[in-house]
Amino acid sequence: MITPQEPRTPLYDWHRAHGGRMVDFAGWQMPVQYTTIVEEHHAVRRGVGLFDVSHMGRLTFQGPQAEGWLEAATTNHVARLTNGQIQYSLLANDDGGLIDDILVYRMHFGLLMVCNASNRIAVVDQLAKVLFAGKYDAISADRTHEVAMIAVQGPAAAATLHAVAPNAADGLGYYHAKIIKLFGTVDTILSRTGYTGEDGFELMLPSEEAVRTWEALLAAGAPYGAKPCGLGARDTLRFEAAMPLYGHELSATTNPYAASIGWAVKLRKGEFVGRAALEKFKKDPGATRVGLRLDSKRIARQGAEVFAGDSKVGEVTSGTFAPTLEQSLAMALVDPSHAAEGATLEVDVRGRRERAIVVPLPFYKRPRAVE
Amino acid sequence: MDPKALKYSPTHEWVHLDGDIATVGLSKFAVDQLTDLIVIDLPPVGKTLVAGKSFGEVESVKSVNDLYAPVAGEVVAVNDAVAANLQILAEHPFDEGWLIKVKVDSTTLPADLLDFDVYEKKIADEAH
Repeated sequence: MITPQEPRTPLYDWHRAHGGRMVDFAGWQMPVQYTTIVEEHHAVRRGVGLFDVSHMGRLTFQGPQAEGWLEAATTNHVARLTNGQIQYSLLANDDGGLIDDILVYRMHFGLLMVCNASNRIAVVDQLAKVLFAGKYDAISADRTHEVAMIAVQGPAAAATLHAVAPNAADGLGYYHAKIIKLFGTVDTILSRTGYTGEDGFELMLPSEEAVRTWEALLAAGAPYGAKPCGLGARDTLRFEAAMPLYGHELSATTNPYAASIGWAVKLRKGEFVGRAALEKFKKDPGATRVGLRLDSKRIARQGAEVFAGDSKVGEVTSGTFAPTLEQSLAMALVDPSHAAEGATLEVDVRGRRERAIVVPLPFYKRPRAVE
Repeated sequence: MDPKALKYSPTHEWVHLDGDIATVGLSKFAVDQLTDLIVIDLPPVGKTLVAGKSFGEVESVKSVNDLYAPVAGEVVAVNDAVAANLQILAEHPFDEGWLIKVKVDSTTLPADLLDFDVYEKKIADEAH
């Protein structure tokens, strides 16, 4: 039975009750912030923050040819994934542009894909096309509406998680996942992943357990200044870490080599959608993703044109005033001949030219703990 | 200044008229909606303002927003302290956080400016 309603995550009521400023994001009602973006950003850089990421698409794949299906649909090499390992990957179109960037997990029950909320339908559609074309013996299920997803991010994420699920993350490496019993009974996929540039975890668990888990993590993180964080801080955090965002650095007309994620394309793994076009782009990406530091505090936002003298050499894909670095920074796709570190360019910020220097990416790299 | 004694534009600027000098600022509601203020761009003294037209912009992490002149006239003072430290605007939008003073062309305020209670009702509706 279909009950049409705008999708809400199982934490929707919690967000509303705790001052979340709700906005429409890809059809989901999501908190953009509870306090201020900068406060929530600092909570993650300095201690720990929680994000409701239940709007992200979650698809599972099972059957004898599930791997072959995903191998044909994605650009990275699924066969290389060991059990419990996670891979950053892409869905390309026939022209070598991007449908989405995704994570592929190999778990004992099968393969799992996490995709962007805004692209979920396009991803499902593309996967279906590949399935019909290749007649793979496999099935997929969209688990998005029944599974909650919570991100615990920050230098104190491990300590926070440990207080709720003692030793659960022991030995869990970056981009690895395992299944744990949260509270002794709740089957949860725990992964060491995130989108903030900090250490952290993501938990997938049944929707009905979302509020209890969220509140337990917030309480456990209280000694480290834990805060619920909205999409605003999620964006400034991923931006400082120079993680690409679909719709900004990535699009149907941006190739992965221009976006500096060519490493997620394995041209020699065999046939897959977009391979021929991507091979050409590898030789000539046409553009380079660069970091820009503006002299002004004004923000060069998406679409702002980048100039070298009188000639336009590119466009800003994301820009903000970086809370940790306290600078107006931008990422831009520019002509490779103007991408050298230290090059002086100009950005047209709403009709006024601002001087910008090409700086290395990422803007922010977390201090590595001695282990 | 007493927020109840001010007039408001639908775009959240407030005005206080004293003789032919209008003090213009941004409402607390607008400031609280923006959060994370980064930079403000205010006009120079001597600039002629047209009512309803942009006289500057205020930028936060989230967005950039035009400031609209609630009255017509000539800018006679600019609050440089606010431009240097936006915390003043964030914390005291009705007092030390004023933005500009304008020598008005007419001491009759434009009819589209709202009284406090009407403005309050408007923002309460906007918040829902």
